[in-house]
Amino acid sequence: MDAYIFDSVRTVRGKGNDKGSLIGITPTALLVECLNALRERNNLDTTQVEDMIVGCVTQVMDQGANIAKTAAQQSGYGNHLSGATVNRFCGSGLEAVNQVAAYVKAGFKDLAIGGGVENMSRVKMASDGGAMAADPSVALPGHFVPQGISADLIASKYGFSRDALDSFAATSHQRAAEAEKNGRFNRSRISVKDVNNFVVLDKDENIRPTTTTESLAQLKPSFAQLGSIAGFDAVAIDRYPEVEFIQHVHHPGNSSAIVDGAALTLVGSKSAGEALGLKPLARIRSAAVSGTEPTIMLLGPVPATQAALKKAGMSKDDVDLYEVNEAFAVVPLYFMEQMDIPHEKVNVNGGAIAMGHPLGATGCMLLGTVLDELERRNLQTGLITLCIGGGMGIATIIERV
Amino acid sequence: MENYKNDYLQYSPSEDGIAVIMMDAVNEPTNLFSWEFIESYAEAARRAIADDAVQGVIVTSAKRDFMAGADLRVISNPPAEGAVILKNLLKTHELLREIEKSPKPFVAAINGNAYGGGFELALTCNRRIALDGNYKFSLPEVQIGVFPGGGGTQRLPYLTGIANALAFILQPKEVKPQQALKDNLIDEVVAGKDELMAAAKRYIQNNPSAVQPWDDKKYKIPGGGIMTPNGMQTIIGSIGLFQKETHGNYPGGENALSAIYNGLQLPMDRALEVEARYFVKTLNSPVGKNMIRTLFFAMNDAKKGKSKPQGFPEYRVNRLGILGAGMMGAGIANVSAAAGMQVVLKDVTREAAEKGKNHTEKQLNDRLAKGKITPEKARDILGRINPVTEVEALKDCDFIIEAVFENPQLKAQVTRETEAVLGKDKIFGSNTSTLPITELAKASERPANFIGIHFFSPVEKMPLVEIIVGKETSDRTLAATIDFVTQIKKVPIVVNDSPGFFTSRVFGTYTGEGALLLTEGVAPALIENVARRAGMPVGPLAVSDEVSMTLMLGILKLNPNKQEHHERLIQLYQHLAEELQRPGKKQGKGFYDYPAGEKKKLWQGLAELYPANGNSEQITAETIQKRLLHIMALESCRCLDEGVLNNSKDGDLGSILGIGFPPYTGGVFSYIDTVGIAQFVTDCDAFRELYGVRWQVPDSLRERTKDNRKFY
Repeated sequence: MDAYIFDSVRTVRGKGNDKGSLIGITPTALLVECLNALRERNNLDTTQVEDMIVGCVTQVMDQGANIAKTAAQQSGYGNHLSGATVNRFCGSGLEAVNQVAAYVKAGFKDLAIGGGVENMSRVKMASDGGAMAADPSVALPGHFVPQGISADLIASKYGFSRDALDSFAATSHQRAAEAEKNGRFNRSRISVKDVNNFVVLDKDENIRPTTTTESLAQLKPSFAQLGSIAGFDAVAIDRYPEVEFIQHVHHPGNSSAIVDGAALTLVGSKSAGEALGLKPLARIRSAAVSGTEPTIMLLGPVPATQAALKKAGMSKDDVDLYEVNEAFAVVPLYFMEQMDIPHEKVNVNGGAIAMGHPLGATGCMLLGTVLDELERRNLQTGLITLCIGGGMGIATIIERV
Repeated sequence: MENYKNDYLQYSPSEDGIAVIMMDAVNEPTNLFSWEFIESYAEAARRAIADDAVQGVIVTSAKRDFMAGADLRVISNPPAEGAVILKNLLKTHELLREIEKSPKPFVAAINGNAYGGGFELALTCNRRIALDGNYKFSLPEVQIGVFPGGGGTQRLPYLTGIANALAFILQPKEVKPQQALKDNLIDEVVAGKDELMAAAKRYIQNNPSAVQPWDDKKYKIPGGGIMTPNGMQTIIGSIGLFQKETHGNYPGGENALSAIYNGLQLPMDRALEVEARYFVKTLNSPVGKNMIRTLFFAMNDAKKGKSKPQGFPEYRVNRLGILGAGMMGAGIANVSAAAGMQVVLKDVTREAAEKGKNHTEKQLNDRLAKGKITPEKARDILGRINPVTEVEALKDCDFIIEAVFENPQLKAQVTRETEAVLGKDKIFGSNTSTLPITELAKASERPANFIGIHFFSPVEKMPLVEIIVGKETSDRTLAATIDFVTQIKKVPIVVNDSPGFFTSRVFGTYTGEGALLLTEGVAPALIENVARRAGMPVGPLAVSDEVSMTLMLGILKLNPNKQEHHERLIQLYQHLAEELQRPGKKQGKGFYDYPAGEKKKLWQGLAELYPANGNSEQITAETIQKRLLHIMALESCRCLDEGVLNNSKDGDLGSILGIGFPPYTGGVFSYIDTVGIAQFVTDCDAFRELYGVRWQVPDSLRERTKDNRKFY
């Protein structure tokens, strides 16, 4: 059985700090906005939606205690709507969609929602603790280093210069600004409203059209101190002794922005769609995850993509457009180099460096973004991939129908 | 109400409701934490708790120390079963917890050093009152491969916060009473022993009921508990820093970190159990065993001068003569004057001799500025150094150390000059690092009194002194030299004469192997990083730069038995030092570039000199590590065979203290044992095939594989 995408929506993204527009909007409310949009846009008979799986990384405080069921209950879809929250770190939003698709393909569910949420201005990244970084009996043998050190390690080991990263980052902003100007995000993107239904944000808040390689060159590296004072450069070099020293080349301007947002995708079987009069937009061809060495951590998109292509019986050239999450500029650069894929096919409307990376939601957002662009260009196949903390990658291939 | 006394303590309850547990080990110079001690401590404590007439207990010591730490003999010699140690530890905790949970106040009246178990015992008391003085609180266990296993990892964070507790346990930080008070480790500092007891008594009278902070639900750990944002940040940062310092080679600190992270989430009874389990794991690790053997037992034996030949009374050096006031001479003058000796520091010119004295003055000023020494003491030390130019000034010296340039003719000349004025029974030591002592002794009228005494630089920091016995050196001279070295609080090892002695000879194999790897096309960054990861303080190329390739070239050229790899090294050093003018760090150019104000960087030109030929990819980091460490251990075996070393313990101690062989290994011979004799020989045989005759395994070592005869 095939799993079809009937609709995908995402909120605009607000800056994830005290000045961000969405700080007062709870993560539950962000999800409810998306649920409302799915209902209204599709005239959806919500009684037929069986389950909702939501990716969320920092599952404490507002985002604790199963936010999927919390939002399901708040949405008015009905008491029948169940909810599960999953955490595959930065791959969570795509993981949730993949899980829903797998349930549909297996025949366990007919119609369900997958997606993700992260309000990073309210619930701080890493505030959920965890043994991976903090338990010495795990972190020491695992050669744990913070992600930024991993990103700088990739750049040092594979020879990506600061200039190359900044240039990529500037392109992300330019492409996003261009897409915004031409209304290319308008199909799936929804504004966020307050309790009075007043719009608080209707554009992605972080895009800076004026960003250039030269302006980015002024920024100070983010992870130099973490590398020297907290010792993590040495930890990385212990694992990669061929690297003489870590070049700290990532900074806030060529790393993904911290933002708030949510996204959901409605997935179901062909018959469920037909019964409700839903038009399938695309089919989920394949999905894969891959674990990688944890210290360098962020190389996962390559093996995950290769696995997804293999499962779909495709080659890299069969894919028309790629979305490679811009967690750090080096991640898509490394991906393009290793996979030999031109920048013209990758992140054509910019990415998380420009628009931000609401951890649990991004995977689902990228899926919606590539789907819209495939439609606009009348192309067939898109691949979404994200690097994931702890040493993982995730990839999904969708195909318009 | 009854007094009693046993081998460990005296228990005396008194009329006023105060019972005193006076720790006083009958058969030892100091109080030690042992199972037997704990049992008798608990017995006394129980008696006090059960006695309605006793309001509280003062725990103090009749010795100079409060308590010097755990008695490592009971757990290491002979090695006890892990399960037995665990059982005893858990029993210890049970007994101490029983005392802690009693509402009767226990006060530690601390009168002297509280190390390790002694400090931990004090932590189980409700109040710690310390006599002001020049003594220390410390948990030194990680230095010998283990960690505080008497509850220190669990109780300390509650008092001083997680970050500071980690500093005490991992660095390890040590403090005097005033700082201990600031760190919240103790509650009061008082002057005078009477006041110490009076203050303890006052506390008991004012606090009829006491509860420990870790048993008080309302108590908050200073700076926050482990699961607070601050606690998490602290532990994550500590993990990174500890790994940077230790590269995963020291399970002692790692297990301490794990025990702290794990235990701080638990009630104290269960937290102590977590600590105990990690402690036993650590003690039973090869690192724990090796470090205790070498850095505790062998080190203490050496410090006490155990290698001194028998039958000679202590040779007291009151007046020391030093020839040559350069870096080494000045350093030796400094430590000797600090040890109370009159020092005659001779050089050719007044300026040079004064400069040597100025070195001490500078060091003393630094210590003065940091408050580590009193002005009176500094003045006394400096006053004991007498810079001179005339040889006659040496005539009343008990001991001479010659520290002039490494030039045999010059050394011969100063030897003759000095002997002309020196008492006939006085000792003449040469601080040479490479020249054969027997040869140098030929210039001496009294070769029986002539000996090698090899200091390491910087003298103030490096604890080792390699004593070299020449062919004619007498036992009396050796005995006197060992006495002198222990008098200046250095650690002596005794070796017999041979080119490079023990330390320089073995060290040369390390720098050599690193350079040979480079010539094979292995990437220099890989060589250096793997060396550091293996626990060497400095990579072989960086340390070659520090020594200077010109110097190494000179030594190599003098070698009468050159092998093929020696020729390759000569070529390499000649090319770099002479043709390319890159001899080392002093000139700012060597294997590394030394840009002013920046960190050194490997010279980019090395890549062209030894282009990548695929060897970097083919050779594993594991092989590189083995080559760098095995080669030193192999050369040490030859030293033992040739009688350069008298025993393996000297080799172990000397390799760690003298050339920075990784301490976690326990030294070169412990390293072979840990690798496994058979595995070590197999590795060397394979390297012999691939890399040449320098990897030839000596017969004595191969012989050991037959019955797996370990060094220990």
